[in-house]
Amino acid sequence: MTRYDKLLYFIRLHHTGLTVCAFSALLLLYPLVQDNPYTLGLSNLVAIHVIIVLGLNLFIGYTGQISLGHAAFFGLGAYGTAIGTVTFELAPWPTLVGVAALVALVALIIGIPTLRLSGHYLAMATLGCNSVVHTVMLQWDEVTGGSSGFAGIPPLAIGAFAFDDEVRFHYLVWTIALISLLLCLNLVRSGVGRGLAAVAGDETAAEALGVNTRRSKINVFVLSAVLASVAGSLFAHCYSYVSPDSFNIFVSTDLVIMVVVGGMGSIWGSLFGATFITLLPEWIDIFDAYKDLVHGGVLVLVLMFLPQGFVTGLVDLIKTRSALRRSRHATS
Amino acid sequence: MLHLDGVSKQFGGLPALSEVSFSVPRGQLTALIGPNGAGKSTLINCITGVLQPTSGAVRLEGEEITSLPSHAIARCGVARTFQNLKLFERLTVLDNVLTGLTVEGGNSMMMAMLRLPYLRHRERRLKLRALEALDHFGLSDKAQWPASVMAYGDKKRLELARATVSQPQLLLLDEPVAGLNATETEAVACQLRRLRRAGQTLLLVEHDMELVMKLADQVVVLDSGCVIACGTPDEVQCNPRVLEAYLGRMDATA
Ligand SMILES: Nc1ncnc2c1ncn2[C@@H]1O[C@H](COP(=O)(O)OP(=O)(O)O)[C@@H](O)[C@H]1O
Ligand SMILES: [Mg+2]
Repeated sequence: MTRYDKLLYFIRLHHTGLTVCAFSALLLLYPLVQDNPYTLGLSNLVAIHVIIVLGLNLFIGYTGQISLGHAAFFGLGAYGTAIGTVTFELAPWPTLVGVAALVALVALIIGIPTLRLSGHYLAMATLGCNSVVHTVMLQWDEVTGGSSGFAGIPPLAIGAFAFDDEVRFHYLVWTIALISLLLCLNLVRSGVGRGLAAVAGDETAAEALGVNTRRSKINVFVLSAVLASVAGSLFAHCYSYVSPDSFNIFVSTDLVIMVVVGGMGSIWGSLFGATFITLLPEWIDIFDAYKDLVHGGVLVLVLMFLPQGFVTGLVDLIKTRSALRRSRHATS
Repeated sequence: MLHLDGVSKQFGGLPALSEVSFSVPRGQLTALIGPNGAGKSTLINCITGVLQPTSGAVRLEGEEITSLPSHAIARCGVARTFQNLKLFERLTVLDNVLTGLTVEGGNSMMMAMLRLPYLRHRERRLKLRALEALDHFGLSDKAQWPASVMAYGDKKRLELARATVSQPQLLLLDEPVAGLNATETEAVACQLRRLRRAGQTLLLVEHDMELVMKLADQVVVLDSGCVIACGTPDEVQCNPRVLEAYLGRMDATA
């Protein structure tokens, strides 16, 4: 092997790790070239969405389920943090962890009965949960502040170092997003991850291979809820203000659109989907008024032409093409 | 090894299996034959927990597995293929075979997310075994293909590779050569012979009489959900009830 071959082999062997490193380096340098707080604020919002969409993609894309209620977990995380840190004056970090644990419990309680369902029924059940949570946020004035929202949430801090401006928060939120990305990449490259893909492919076959389909679905549901909750806590600390409208069912559908546009079952696709849909309103001005319409339109287009989503659809297309070409080569 | 004791199954009152009892001895190839609709696939589904038998008991090594869920039965070392292929179309060929090693891959999601070194080593070992299985079935050059683009014959063999890679205690094959041409059938027969030589316990559902008679140590004949004959291939071939029920029906459907 020449040195060049060795290098290629090394890249092939570690391409996932190398991509993560390259991406991290980019993020590390980003605030040096971009110091406009508005733009940084946007990229921070992207990171928050990435964290949710990663989990949701595991649930929808990998495991083949559907949830139209993940904004509820996002909201529970945000309000949990708000109430914990302001009303009860607890320390932010333990609150974040504690709230995530509580949300995990809630997801477990919701998941055990609803994950017996599938397809439209599961979609309706999760949508219902979202409505309930949203209504509680709106109506339970004394605790949540009702429709006027909840303000005064302190920023996260490590010691005396507070993540109180966009640049500082950028490093915090993207670190957590990258850790989530790594954990998800590890998961899908493991036996457990293949089990999840098997559940999406065919539940009978998955069971016959020893995958506990019910347990797997519940586990992934809880994991995705925990990620959404962490994202919610970060959201609350980032804006120091939360209101019920950030967590209604339209936010849930937007999250699903991010998954679908990015690519069902593609971890890197989640990154693309979250970025694309979060930034879309910024690129087109008139768009704000017709946001839901355009999101719906994008969804329809993607589903029509690349039903597996953008990244996954393209990758699948390339893989299939190259496999077919090789087989034609072999036979001719 | 596997004992069926009065296994019955009804679909909405209609009996599909009635009082099926026989044993699959260790290290032998038992063939299950019978006309279409005799209940062969239903029986396999009852053994593997896909369906719950209405009554009767299924025992594996003396342990009752009748009411266990499908994945628990798989964890006891029972592997199967499906009459209608059930591959994971979106996964690569190699990953499909790797799903056959789910039981050995560990099932803690937390550990998987941390990807500790011991898991990485295990993953590498499993991958080697999967590649070896692909090699046995002549599919190693297609390891990175998505399963969806494979030809039908390759898919059949891929499913066999997936079911055998874990070296299960008991292997249930539901019509592994259905729809294959003569050369492909011979290739699969060759693999079945290899498995049997290696001491694999097999229950083979098959239509191809010639193949069954060549391979089987024991033949069980099912008709309308009842066992009408059980014995060596020669005994069964001469059994007048079998000739009447099986061949008579074949004529009628032909
Ligand atoms: N899920 C089901 N619901 C109702 N009837 C079924 C079902 N599965 C099989 N059957 C019936 O059970 C009988 C046996 O079917 P099957 O086991 O597939 O036969 P074989 O595999 O021997 O061709 C058939 O009459 C079929 O119609
Ligand atoms: Mg059948």
